[in-house]
Amino acid sequence: MTAPAAHHYTSTGLDSRKIAIWAFIGSECMLFVSLISTYLIYKGRSLVGPFPHDVYTNPAGETFNPILNIPVTSASTFVLLMSSLAMVLALAAVQNKDLPKHTRGERVLGSSKLWLWMTALLGTTFLGFQAYEFTSFVHEGLSIRTNLFGSSFFTLTGFHGAHVTAGVIWLVTLLAIDYRRGLGPNDALNVDIAALYWHFVDVVWIVIFTVVYLLK
Amino acid sequence: MATTAVPTRGTHHTATAPSYQSGVWSWLATVDHKRIGILYLYTALTFFIIGGLEAVLIRAQLQGPNRELLSAEMYNQLFTMHGTTMIFLAIMPLSAAFFNFLIPLQIGARDVAFPRLNAFSYWVYLFGGIFITLPIFFQLAPNAGWFGYAPLTTREYSPGINIDFWVIGLQILGVSSLAAAFNFITTIINLRAPGMTLMRMPMFTWMSFVVQVLIVLAFPVITIALVFLLFDRFFGTNFYTIAQGADPLLWQHLFWIFGHPEVYILILPAFGLVSEVLPASSRKPLFGYPVMVYSGILIGALGFGVWAHHMFAVGMGAIADSVFAVSTLLIGIPTGVKIFNWIGTMAQGSIRFTSAALFAIGLVALFTIGGISGVMHASPPADLQQTDTYFVVAHFHYVLFGGSIMGIFAGIYHYFPKITGRLMDEPLGKIHFWLNFIAMNLTFFPMHFAGMLGMPRRIYTYDSGQGWDTFNLISSIGAYMLVVSTAIFVYNFFRSRKNGEVAGANPWDAGTLEWSIPSPPPEYNFATLPNVTSRYPLWEGNEKDMESARVNLQEGKTAEQLHIVLPYSTIKPLIVAGAMVIMFCGLITTKALIFVGAAVLVGSLYSWLLSPLEPEHH
Repeated sequence: MTAPAAHHYTSTGLDSRKIAIWAFIGSECMLFVSLISTYLIYKGRSLVGPFPHDVYTNPAGETFNPILNIPVTSASTFVLLMSSLAMVLALAAVQNKDLPKHTRGERVLGSSKLWLWMTALLGTTFLGFQAYEFTSFVHEGLSIRTNLFGSSFFTLTGFHGAHVTAGVIWLVTLLAIDYRRGLGPNDALNVDIAALYWHFVDVVWIVIFTVVYLLK
Repeated sequence: MATTAVPTRGTHHTATAPSYQSGVWSWLATVDHKRIGILYLYTALTFFIIGGLEAVLIRAQLQGPNRELLSAEMYNQLFTMHGTTMIFLAIMPLSAAFFNFLIPLQIGARDVAFPRLNAFSYWVYLFGGIFITLPIFFQLAPNAGWFGYAPLTTREYSPGINIDFWVIGLQILGVSSLAAAFNFITTIINLRAPGMTLMRMPMFTWMSFVVQVLIVLAFPVITIALVFLLFDRFFGTNFYTIAQGADPLLWQHLFWIFGHPEVYILILPAFGLVSEVLPASSRKPLFGYPVMVYSGILIGALGFGVWAHHMFAVGMGAIADSVFAVSTLLIGIPTGVKIFNWIGTMAQGSIRFTSAALFAIGLVALFTIGGISGVMHASPPADLQQTDTYFVVAHFHYVLFGGSIMGIFAGIYHYFPKITGRLMDEPLGKIHFWLNFIAMNLTFFPMHFAGMLGMPRRIYTYDSGQGWDTFNLISSIGAYMLVVSTAIFVYNFFRSRKNGEVAGANPWDAGTLEWSIPSPPPEYNFATLPNVTSRYPLWEGNEKDMESARVNLQEGKTAEQLHIVLPYSTIKPLIVAGAMVIMFCGLITTKALIFVGAAVLVGSLYSWLLSPLEPEHH
């Protein structure tokens, strides 16, 4: 992640990477809007179960309970939200790397490695929850092929999970750079961009959680 | 308005800037926006010719009733690939050639914001284009139309490998367009020279900016529509499986939410080019510049609210039909404004009827015809008669051939001297124009009548006695004439590149920044970043503008002599692009390729991101 030409003249005074990431996030919005709209269009239109919020009894008499486990996903949502907090602290730590740190608290808050680790770990925990959710759904009889709900649910949340995975890889890359040469205020923009992406993925999850899990 | 004394025609000329390296490697590893623009130009012209030959085969088959030149299957593949090629591999990349070559020059920048990403976009386009084009030679090409309506394109109804090429190929090309769009948006927002405010930007740059925003917002939608189709075809999901309760209109909605903005993605760059050519050849500033900007933005914005006018025939109900009819009619207003402003630009100008000017005027005339037939089928009752007939084929060829292609030809004649340092031959250019203009009308005008008489689109042959024979024969003759006119263009292009008259910096006495530097421009574009104080710095600029223009006219200086830091050449974007395409190929060949491609992709991407863009400053 070397700085491309931060010293060049720019019309806005902003670094070009900052503008590019916002353009990228704009297109990502449309990506998720398409996925979420499709989910909503197909909501309640599955011909066979399992269903997200309702009991389903198939012609053979087997009964399937509502498949979404809202308490567990609430916990994973909380974990992802906390990862955004850790990300904020990681960025602050990188930006303030050169400030003198006197107390133990200041040293903890000022450790970019700690907060990058925290963010990556919380993100990975979220992915763990998702892996657990996916496998338990498959065990309960819902796969991506089962019905419209299965197709749209797994594709939507899977796309989100893939974005979290990419974010975790990005964070680990930043960590590797931090261990190799230390991240300082000069790298703040690179961390800032990663943080923007991470927060975006987090915000998208809030929408997905509301639309898929809370909306009956 | 005072035309200034900046030396123009006939200044000393060097065929290639001295600091450029030559040889194949220098092109494979280039990150220079001008070279990438030239690569786009040659590649897209090649695809334009391939797409054109596909059209000729179609016309040969339809020349008379009950001809058996092509089988029905082959005909399906040809019309599908004709549409796909012309839209995604010819017109969009021809526009991209101009985005690349011109935007940095017009805004006074040394390159785009992300030169290596720019190279990546090109290589993805090239590999994706080859991927989607090769199957036609094995009669395995996509065969469900360029719009690929699902459920027709699901595995159940299109079991072969044909549609796989289409789904994956479009996915690859989408990556190229999106990467380029992020790059150009950033470039236009952030790399404008001092004083180049938004409302001083040349109209081509403005229209390009609108197009990039459209790409950023429209392409993700088709990406998702294609992901659904890909999952349906490869992993057995149910997005388009009607038996599982899927909505048969889901694809149509998603596709046209992309597809209608795509229409403006195709036409707005041509509008931009014409807005450069007409002021230069009328020797007058563009008439109503601010309104031209706003109407361009309005066209782009309204373009997202009209998609369902492609779907009047599916029975959406009176309210939806009315809403989309009204929004569609509304688009006619900003478009009409543009037409009148071009006429206003020419009015009372001392017009030079160069080949470029002729093509630009051709656009104004022919696009208007296409626009008017567009307004006709904005009305649902009329559209129900016209939908899926040759009337619609006539309409969109007037806007895409009469509009986009005419505009792009205008751009090529106008900017050829900037790109190569030499002028294209004017007499040949005029022959090309007139032949093209006549042949174009001969080909597409009769289709209005054939369509009104009920001739449906996408039929591979027809019976005599329905009143279609003569119209089809005329259309086919027109198509053959288009081959001749295009051949004249190609001959002129290559001949002029070697032997054309030396152009000098500003052969048209145009007013915008790209004409203030030598032709072809040096690697670094501007020896000193220009100071801009007006819309046409070379026409109405003050002493500050002139000073930077004089410095920038110097030839023969290398970047080193001027202490200008340029990015390193690198092959890595090409490798990343190649790895990505190999990964996608794995879906239809052997799964192992997916892992090989992914491994190379990740490795080369890290190598790219961790290597410096350019030498350190001292």
